[in-house]
Amino acid sequence: MQLTQSSVGRKIIMAVTGAMLFAFVCVHLLGNSSLFFGSAALNAYAQKLHSLGPVVWIFRLVMLGLFTVHIIFGIQLTLENKAATPDKNVQIKRLKTGFAAETMVVSGLVLLAFVVYHLLHFTVRVTNPEIYVPIEGGHGMVDVFVMVTHGFQQILPVLLYVIGMGFLFLHVSHGFQSLFQTVGLSNDRTLPVMGNFSKLVGLVLLVGYVSIPLLIIFGIVR
Amino acid sequence: MKLKLHVWRQKGPNAPGKLETYEANHVSPDQSFLEMLDEVNEVLVKEGKDPIAFDHDCREGICGMCSQIINGMAHGGQDRTTVCQLHMRSFKDGDEIFIEPWKAKAFPIIKDLAVDRGNYDRIIQAGGYTSCHTGGVADGNALLIGKEIADYSMDAAECIGCGACAASCPNSSAMLFASNKVAQLAVLPQGQVEAKRRVVAMLDEATACGFGNCTNHYECQAACPKGINVKFIAKLNREYLKALLP
Repeated sequence: MQLTQSSVGRKIIMAVTGAMLFAFVCVHLLGNSSLFFGSAALNAYAQKLHSLGPVVWIFRLVMLGLFTVHIIFGIQLTLENKAATPDKNVQIKRLKTGFAAETMVVSGLVLLAFVVYHLLHFTVRVTNPEIYVPIEGGHGMVDVFVMVTHGFQQILPVLLYVIGMGFLFLHVSHGFQSLFQTVGLSNDRTLPVMGNFSKLVGLVLLVGYVSIPLLIIFGIVR
Repeated sequence: MKLKLHVWRQKGPNAPGKLETYEANHVSPDQSFLEMLDEVNEVLVKEGKDPIAFDHDCREGICGMCSQIINGMAHGGQDRTTVCQLHMRSFKDGDEIFIEPWKAKAFPIIKDLAVDRGNYDRIIQAGGYTSCHTGGVADGNALLIGKEIADYSMDAAECIGCGACAASCPNSSAMLFASNKVAQLAVLPQGQVEAKRRVVAMLDEATACGFGNCTNHYECQAACPKGINVKFIAKLNREYLKALLP
């Protein structure tokens, strides 16, 4: 099929799945920030999500699908691009592109590893089983506030989250502006400013996400 | 000026290549880069050695034949400048200069710095034309084209097909080249008839030729001696989306 085989078709698939993953990252951060309103707010948010029942699983399957498509096409396109330049010049000086754009596949794969760790940490509950305590009167529900605040008491998980979010910043700082170009929504006026705006968007996500583990380990949120 | 040149020498398409060092001892700042290479070649010929093969034609910056990676940048990295319009006053006495050919799977090396850019012709042959029967010469002003559209189309048509876009692209993608022609023709009534077929055919041909995929590095625009804007790639993407619709 044209869309899944052509150069631009697959690029558009990357942009659309990337935009959906980006939307999830934004909503996830907004949800997580209920932590700053205290234990009751975060637990209420968590209970609300769990009460959705089968919708949660449908959502998880959609996310899995988006990740799979984004990763498979990302790797496939990268391999083709490498094959298109079998011998590189001895001297290469780039005029416009940067580290983030040239390492999208690396930052993407690191993010995949981070997502696996994050799920093991807080969803599958394998890495730190001691942080799970049942909530009072919660019918076996876990106290999510305790889970998060205890989960970020040690230096290693905090460090892994900060590193992971650093790669999210890199990935988004190129990807955000890239998706507008790919779906044809850029022009003379947007192109000169979108590069920096994209970095700003990545920075907002970075600061938002790392603030949670950092404020917890430094004892500001407890 | 005295310069030390590191030049890519390769006897043929499948021969191994390597950088060889030459001294250019009487370089005038008024010379163009190609005139400097001409003098180096005169010395090589007098010494009975094989001169450096490189492409050139008009030496006025309009034909798109000259094609060299100079110090890691297509056409030497000077804004909107082809190699032939790059002058030695841009360099200093004692500089070391690296001179290499375009390197991409789709631009096979013929010899030294000369590469085969036939694949750009193949992309054009796949759809970079209009085949409408227009009859006799139309009356002046019978088919009105707005100034903004005419300017847009002309800006896209500035491409001289030198290959710097794909050569400077980290993915060796020919997307800027393909997008010029797609955009130039898509905004004109003559080109709109075949717009859907054109964009798909040119993209498929670029992939078949071995060019990579565009990942929005925008190196092409920075390297383009005509300063062609990547907004035309966004236009190509829009045209592609339109082509997917029934």
